[in-house]
Amino acid sequence: MITLADQLLVLVLLINFILLGTSRLFFSIRAVAVQGVLLGILPGLIHPFSWHLVGITIVIIAVKGFVIPQLLGRAVRSAEIKREAEPFVGYVATLLLGALFTAFSFGFAGRLPMLPEHQNYMFVPASIATLMAGFLILTTRRKVISQVIGYLVLDNGIFIFGLLLAEAMPIMVEAGALLDLLVGTFVMGIVINQINREFSSLDTSLLTSLKEE
Amino acid sequence: MMQELFAPGTLVFSATLLAAVSGVPLVCTRRLNASQGQIFSIFLMLIASCVGVAGAILVLLSGHTFLYELIWQSPFGPCQIGIDPLSAWFLLPVFLIPGCAALYARTYWHADQHPATVRTMTFFFGVMTASMSGVVLARDGISFLFAWEIMALAAYFLISTEDEKPDVAEAGTLYMISTHTGTLGLFALFPLLNLLSGSWLFPAPTSLDATSGMSAVVFVTALFAFGLKAGIMPLHIWLPSAHANAPSHISAVMSGVILKVGVYGLLRTLSFFHTVPLWWGCCVLILGVVSGVAGVAFALGQNDLKRLLAYHSIENIGIIFMGLGVALIGQTTGSTVMMLLGMSGALLHVLNHAAFKALLFMGAGSVIHAVGTREIDLMGGAARRIPYTALLFGVGSVAICGLPPLNGFVSELLIYLGFFQGIQREGGAAVASALAAPALALIGGLAVACFVKVYGIVFLGVPRAETDVECHEAGWQMLLPMLLLGVLCLGIGLVPALVVDPLQRTSLTILPILARTTGLPLQELVPLTMITVSGVVLLVLIAALAVWYRRRLAGMPCSETVTWGCAYQRPAPRMQYSASSFADMLVSMFAFVLKPQSHRKGVISDLSPDCARFSRHVPEVVLEMLYIPALMHLYRRLSGIRRLQSGVLQQYVLYSLVTLIVLLVASYL
Repeated sequence: MITLADQLLVLVLLINFILLGTSRLFFSIRAVAVQGVLLGILPGLIHPFSWHLVGITIVIIAVKGFVIPQLLGRAVRSAEIKREAEPFVGYVATLLLGALFTAFSFGFAGRLPMLPEHQNYMFVPASIATLMAGFLILTTRRKVISQVIGYLVLDNGIFIFGLLLAEAMPIMVEAGALLDLLVGTFVMGIVINQINREFSSLDTSLLTSLKEE
Repeated sequence: MMQELFAPGTLVFSATLLAAVSGVPLVCTRRLNASQGQIFSIFLMLIASCVGVAGAILVLLSGHTFLYELIWQSPFGPCQIGIDPLSAWFLLPVFLIPGCAALYARTYWHADQHPATVRTMTFFFGVMTASMSGVVLARDGISFLFAWEIMALAAYFLISTEDEKPDVAEAGTLYMISTHTGTLGLFALFPLLNLLSGSWLFPAPTSLDATSGMSAVVFVTALFAFGLKAGIMPLHIWLPSAHANAPSHISAVMSGVILKVGVYGLLRTLSFFHTVPLWWGCCVLILGVVSGVAGVAFALGQNDLKRLLAYHSIENIGIIFMGLGVALIGQTTGSTVMMLLGMSGALLHVLNHAAFKALLFMGAGSVIHAVGTREIDLMGGAARRIPYTALLFGVGSVAICGLPPLNGFVSELLIYLGFFQGIQREGGAAVASALAAPALALIGGLAVACFVKVYGIVFLGVPRAETDVECHEAGWQMLLPMLLLGVLCLGIGLVPALVVDPLQRTSLTILPILARTTGLPLQELVPLTMITVSGVVLLVLIAALAVWYRRRLAGMPCSETVTWGCAYQRPAPRMQYSASSFADMLVSMFAFVLKPQSHRKGVISDLSPDCARFSRHVPEVVLEMLYIPALMHLYRRLSGIRRLQSGVLQQYVLYSLVTLIVLLVASYL
């Protein structure tokens, strides 16, 4: 099972690169949805069977894989934008940075003092790499939709880390992960609406006009 | 059971809680309309006020200390709450003045006339009262900070009650900036105390050595943070505009109590130390002298009634600081008499100033309510139209000038006696006392001049401008609190023996050393009987003179004319003295500090001159000529750093990313 989990994590990492390298918003949303579904499967692979686990799996897959992507897709359609034009940093550069951060996170994870049963998992490096990818998307993209996607990826990173702790404090981790998502979506939903209404555009760099001089 | 129910601690805590929820009936319920809700709120506040004052008096009479501990899982350890005579002494104004102000607000800020603001105002008024009590009760740094912040924020919402007016909004912002600067000082102060004593709980009185360098830092920080709240002279910038722009009963509470909470903080901090060096006392004394003299000088130049009263608050805080300075110098020189006299003078002046300043602000509120303006130069002749307010304002004026037979005289007398004790000492103590005593006299003299101006221009003479507002006496809800405060002023002034025992107990809490050197009770140091006798004689003389004058007047032919008619054939109201002209001589004497600004338009040259104007005002010099230029300079110099705040969302996320990476990399090293 562990090998399967590791393979899924590799997929998650690959999806990070897809997200870093694409400009098409619909494609990004679908990629994040797939990433969410993969993450939903993971707890079932590393923990023994229980009905509780089934519940978690279903909720996570439903929320991360379907509900949020649906909402985002609707936002993209209603705003009539298809691409992330002119990001702050180019796609190739972002990909390279992403690769650098992934390597860095593998190196870093090896030095962490971890329990022996967690030693061989890819969880920690994958978690840090996904977190970094989220940050990269957040910092380099202009459009609000990309910001939301970046936030979701960042949150996925935290979720992967939480999987390790799932046995020790299960409810905390679930609640924390889902709450983050909810808050993120709501906040960004409000931001999307407000920015759109105020500036008739979804470009967050226009927010500079709110800066106090 | 009964005993527990009426334990001072229970009384004070229930009063605090009651005050905190007193605004709720007005906020939540749909069933009561605003006017009924206001009555209910006032009722709650009055109960809280009575219960709280009763609890405080019980503690003062018994002299016991009550300590309670709340066990909670906070990283800063347990939360301690306690009442000792020092807290109880400050609880008196904390509960008394808001009670009076709440009743006053029924007419002054009636729910039907101010439907938009009455809800928030009543709510935050209760919260502010409760949090002031919380500050005084707290016995550890963390709960102190909590209560302090709630108090500061509630006061902000109260100041900016009418924030649609630009002046009010500006005053609110200035207050907010200043109060948070002060809080910043407190954030430094408590960790420093923690370093000294090793706990977040307040150290026991006189348990810390004041001679170490760390103690000096603590002293300076406390002086800054609490001085900012108390409104000591170079740090007073927020005070005049805040007091002038808040509703009058709020100004009464702010000036009467919030400033005192600042004084309390300083007193509490000072009580932790023993072997106080001379420079502490001299520092406090000098600050007191500067605030006192400059405060009253600025007051002389004001034309706005409430702004003028606000500057008098600065003056009175100065007097309190002078008393404190005497007590500290006494501690250095080992003179118990100085300690006792200075400390009791300062403490008594805290209560006195709370009473008469609240009375004056409420009186000013009545006048403003009746006339419809804050400009002194537009008022006049109010004594004929609102005679009761005029009488009570007169009582407050005499009290604030420190004249017998009212309470201001008693506390200033204690401080004078302290100075005279200091002069008999040697070295720095004598020099400081000898220089400060005339300053106190100067303050008294200038205060008399200032209140002659206020009373003469506002209440005497004839109206200078016809206003549309119908000039009428305030309702009983406004007069009763003023009467109560007036009676309190007269009571302490005539029978100071009543407060001597509690005063002595409170001083003992701050300076336990006094208990060891027995044999010098306050009764023997101060001619209490003499004060009572001379006060009564004075009152009788005044009454006799008034009766004689009335009798004589009744037999004479009478006619009405303009005051200060200067024997003109057809005197007009506008020929009367104005506030500026009355104070002109003194203002020009102090022109080197006050920097009065004259505006002249048109010249009077020949026999039939054109229209000409002249106006003059005294700006807030410290703010306008010191702080704002300095801050503007800083603003320009720091433009480079401001680039960090670009307004680009992505850049802010980048800061987090960089921090994360730096932290991760740091773990490699």
